[in-house]
This record gives sequence, structure tokens and C-alpha cells, in this order.
Amino acid sequence: MNSRIVPLLGFVLLVGLLVVGLKIADQKTNLPSPLIDKPVPAFDLPVLATPGQNMSRDSLLGKPYLVNFWGSWCVTCRAEHPVVTELAKLNAVYIVGMNFRDEQEDAVAWLNRWGDPYDVSLVDYDGRTSIDFGVYAAPETFLVDPSGTIVFKHLGQLTWEIVEDEILPRVANMESGS
Amino acid sequence: MKTSKMLLAIFTFFISVSVMAQSAPVQEPMVFDNQQQEDRFKQLTQELRCLVCQNQNLADSDAQLAHDLRAEVHEMLMAGKSNDEIKQFMVERYGDFVLYRPPVQQNTYLLWLGPLVMLLIGGLILRTNIKKRAALLDSAKNEEAET
Repeated sequence: MNSRIVPLLGFVLLVGLLVVGLKIADQKTNLPSPLIDKPVPAFDLPVLATPGQNMSRDSLLGKPYLVNFWGSWCVTCRAEHPVVTELAKLNAVYIVGMNFRDEQEDAVAWLNRWGDPYDVSLVDYDGRTSIDFGVYAAPETFLVDPSGTIVFKHLGQLTWEIVEDEILPRVANMESGS
Repeated sequence: MKTSKMLLAIFTFFISVSVMAQSAPVQEPMVFDNQQQEDRFKQLTQELRCLVCQNQNLADSDAQLAHDLRAEVHEMLMAGKSNDEIKQFMVERYGDFVLYRPPVQQNTYLLWLGPLVMLLIGGLILRTNIKKRAALLDSAKNEEAET
């Protein structure tokens, strides 16, 4: 009796492990960012539209804003572009485009072609700032509160569900809370 | 004779394949002041994960991010930062996941101690089995002696 139940139990345990593994398999790309609830990494970067002019982290203090890492080389950024555009139309939150590891003319051409949803685009040419943000894929999106703390991060393509469920409620919260 | 030659052929094949698999991709040349720095660089890039291609370390990966992070490690090393400081820099940005050798802490106890627990359980099962069989053998011998 016992000799039959033990292997069966082992088998059931293994199957259980397999099920759990399959369930969380798609989460391996969605790692928790250690930057949540931490201050935004410092940056002082050239503005894409007006080279020679810089914008720093500290000048953005006092209002909630979204940091969206993108590049003209990034296919998924193109795919999420309509969502960012829709969000920009709402005028709910200031959107900073972080154009990283990109060439100036390619970036400008991309914005001209598809439309520019960003309130400002900053140039992170060598990707240093993206490393400080712990970016390892594009696009990545960070929501920052008025005190300059990162409250939410999304890795990969933004969808309208994420905008509605995660971003907009948090922004509304910040405005009513302050 | 024939089978042993066959085995040898298979063996050499797998050795050569694994050697090829281990050869590092073409990398930007890095300049170091001394051998010790170079060794530390090698050790660090082997222990840090390339986040784009998650099952490769920084030393083996040819992804753009791995290039940049290698350059970052190199720069910090030349600036005199310690290994721990460099790892800390990576963990602050990318989380514990960036470390190939995860730290022993509350949420990794299972990871570190799990194999040990499994070994213990296996050992216990083995022990009871051996005892049972020994007892069976003994009783069989006794029966033999009695008849």
C-alpha cells in the first residue's frame, strides 16, 4: 500500500511544481524594480528639440510626471506609441520622453513621422541615465510623484489597461493627497 | 574495442562542443593597470547577469546592455571601487536578480538550504530502506538456520 502511495505523492508534487513553473514563466521578464519608492536617479540631459538646452531632475520636482524610455530603433516603442498619444491627450500627467541610445536625427524623424506625444524629450545618448534607472529593455515607463519618488514602473509595452488601472489612479491620488 | 573507440569519439565531440560554447564573444578591448584588476574584472563580469539575455552573464553576452555594463564595471574598477561597491551599484539599479550568486537572506533561504533539506530527506529514506533490507536478510538467514 505504502509503496504505491509514496511514488504517486512524489509524482503529484512534481506535477504541482510544473504547474507553478508554467504559471510564473511569463513573469520572468517582469522583475520587481528596486527603484520603486526610491528617489528618481539624478539626471541633467539635453532637450531633444532644443540642443544646447538642458533639463535636470530637480526642475521637474513639484508635479507628478511619467518617464518613458524610448528609441527610434525600438519596435515595441512604435507599438505603444498610440497609447502614449492617447494618454497625452488627456493632459493628466506631464510626460517626459527619454530618447536613449539613439541618434538625434533618427529620433526627430521618428517623432515627426508618428507624432510627438511627449511634453519634453530628453536625450540620453550614451544610455548612462538608462542604466541609473535600471532600464534593460525598451520601452520602460516610470511614474514619479511630486516629491520626486518613483511610485510605479512598467516594463515593456504600455497598454491602455495599465494606463487606466495603474497610472491614472495613482496620479489622481497624488493630486487629491497633496 | 569498437565500442570504446565509439565512446571516445562521442566524448571528444562533446568536449569540443562545450569548449566552443564557452568561448567568449568578440569584446571591446579593455585596458587594465595590472593583472589583478583584469582578474577582478573577469570575476565580476562572470558573476553579474546580463539582464537582456537572462541566462548569460555579462562576460559571455554580446547584447548592447552587456557592453555598456561591462564598460561601467571597467570604469568603476579603474576608479578604485571595491568588488562589493560595484555589485552594490548593480543591485541598486537592477535588483538582486543581477547577481548570479544570490545573497543569503530571508527570501533566499529556500534556495540555499533547499538542496540540503532534499539531501537529508534522501539520506533518511535510504537509511530506512537499508535497515529494512538488512532486517529481511537477517530473518531469511535465521529461517535458513532454523530449518
